[in-house]
Amino acid sequence: MGSIQGVLSWLGTTLRLMSYNKAGFIGFLMTSAILLVCLLGPLWIPLDTTTKLDKIYQPPSAEHWMGTDHQGRDIFSQIVHGGKDVIYVAAVAALLSTLIAVTFGTVSAFAGGVTDSLIMGVTDVILTIPQFPLLAVLAAFVKLDNLTLLGLFLGVLSWPALLRAVRSQALSLKERDFVEAARALDLGTGHIVFRELVPNMMTYIVISFTLALTAAVYTQVGLVLLGLVPVSSSNWGVMISLAWTQGAIFFRDAMWRIMMPILAIALFQLSVITMTRSLELAFNPRLRTMA
Amino acid sequence: MAPILEVRNLTRQFGKGRETVTAVDAISFAIEPGETVCLVGESGCGKSTTGRMVAGLLEATAGEVLFEGRNIRQLDRKAYQRYRQTVQIIHQDPYSSLNPTQTIRQILTAPLLRHRKVKNSAAAEARVLELLEIVDLTPASDVIAKYPHQLSGGQRQRVAVARALTVDPKFIVADEAVSMVDVSIRVSILTMLARLKREFDVTFLFITHDLALAKYFAWEGRITVMYLGRIVEDGPTQRLITDPRHPYTQALLSAVPEADPALAQHKRQIELRGAEIPSLLALPPGCSFHPRCPYMLPGQCDRTVPALEPVEVGGRVACPVRKQDAVSLLV
Repeated sequence: MGSIQGVLSWLGTTLRLMSYNKAGFIGFLMTSAILLVCLLGPLWIPLDTTTKLDKIYQPPSAEHWMGTDHQGRDIFSQIVHGGKDVIYVAAVAALLSTLIAVTFGTVSAFAGGVTDSLIMGVTDVILTIPQFPLLAVLAAFVKLDNLTLLGLFLGVLSWPALLRAVRSQALSLKERDFVEAARALDLGTGHIVFRELVPNMMTYIVISFTLALTAAVYTQVGLVLLGLVPVSSSNWGVMISLAWTQGAIFFRDAMWRIMMPILAIALFQLSVITMTRSLELAFNPRLRTMA
Repeated sequence: MAPILEVRNLTRQFGKGRETVTAVDAISFAIEPGETVCLVGESGCGKSTTGRMVAGLLEATAGEVLFEGRNIRQLDRKAYQRYRQTVQIIHQDPYSSLNPTQTIRQILTAPLLRHRKVKNSAAAEARVLELLEIVDLTPASDVIAKYPHQLSGGQRQRVAVARALTVDPKFIVADEAVSMVDVSIRVSILTMLARLKREFDVTFLFITHDLALAKYFAWEGRITVMYLGRIVEDGPTQRLITDPRHPYTQALLSAVPEADPALAQHKRQIELRGAEIPSLLALPPGCSFHPRCPYMLPGQCDRTVPALEPVEVGGRVACPVRKQDAVSLLV
């Protein structure tokens, strides 16, 4: 499948499979749209930074789609510019936690014995640490203004639950005859883990990745909201935080200012979670050959 | 000739403490190159456990499996590789023995490349097609790109056999290899296995619960009968079928239906004293078969475990009471 044609036909089949579930496909389209807007939108829509005293706290209109903030600046432009960082941090966190969970979960299940006990011991310890307070304490010691660093921190703390799930999946797969046959053929641990076990857990891994993504969005926004992470750029979390500290919940007029970033986050989470339904279909080999 | 594979006092226990179950209890046997041996017994008698230990997939609790005279747990890297490529297993369930995410091509190519059986992927492709032809999956070019779920149970089982053949094995453990396949294609798969036996000089350890199948597949070979983890009788198939000595073997044989109504009418049924198989958790003392055995001698059979002793008609019998007595099932 090295050729461009092969890749295209694979993509076509994947899209067709994903469209079998209407809700999931809508989720997929919305996720793609949000990603496009957040990544490419800033190129077209400039961030509105000029204070306009005559336009403070305006409701949504044709001119300002999402209304204006306390300085009369366009909220829509802030939403478009504010998604990139949130999604980037969440993606780094989700990638890292999925990578750790899948690698060590499978190794733990497959190696057994001391290795298994050791990995599960560490997992249980990290699982018992209350994540949020730890992050709050960490934020006091480490300067978390680097987005990648923040993502890595979130990822390093959020893998244990997924690791346990991956391990139990691998444990049951490992007893299946095809894994035993691979052992009888001496195909090697690498082959067994990455060719036999992981492909059979792919659906699960991808769905876990999206769930880790949504969890990382919430944790991150929570940290920003509490002012524990000094992220200077305009992102959805910072927008809520600023609106909050400037008392937006007390003015009816300020509703749009605080609601818009909240809605943006909710919409993104909803899209991603709905998309998982279609992802289930895309990673099922049974369906792929039928299409 | 030196045995290709030998088993000495092989024991396997599962569980811990009071819940310990002895699935296989100190069994010994040897298999010569080219021989066909059938392991027969009811479900739960330890025959599959034995097969998995012989294939090196399950560690023994005690005893040893000898490959070319050496314990398989003490082989150096090179000898272990030779053992792994010599001994292969065919599983019972063709629905779980093939990875659902791989095509038949991927399933068969991996072992070929791993063990350098072919030089490059083009040669692998040719070899895969050849293997599919050998197991009667024709046209092979239609099958090669398919996923397991696109094949029938019988076809999958043939793929499983082809996969075992990728490493040119000399010894195949066939664990109930046809019992989950439709009856209509059972014979064709058995014929195919018999052909492999002849053409590639493969030694078979054929595990089955069906004595009629064992009789068909190992007519020139031997049958070993297991009951609750122990061997009760073994011997050349033709002797064991016509002149069974152990009461359990006799009971098994009398339960095999005869196709010929004239024979069926005259066939003697062994009257067992009970149909219940004891639990492995609470094995009866002495001979495990004594609660069901019509020839049970109180004071002997319920006290001492009978030793498996050679009989002059060929093979071994673990029944001091009946081992000398020929019983004709057809009167």
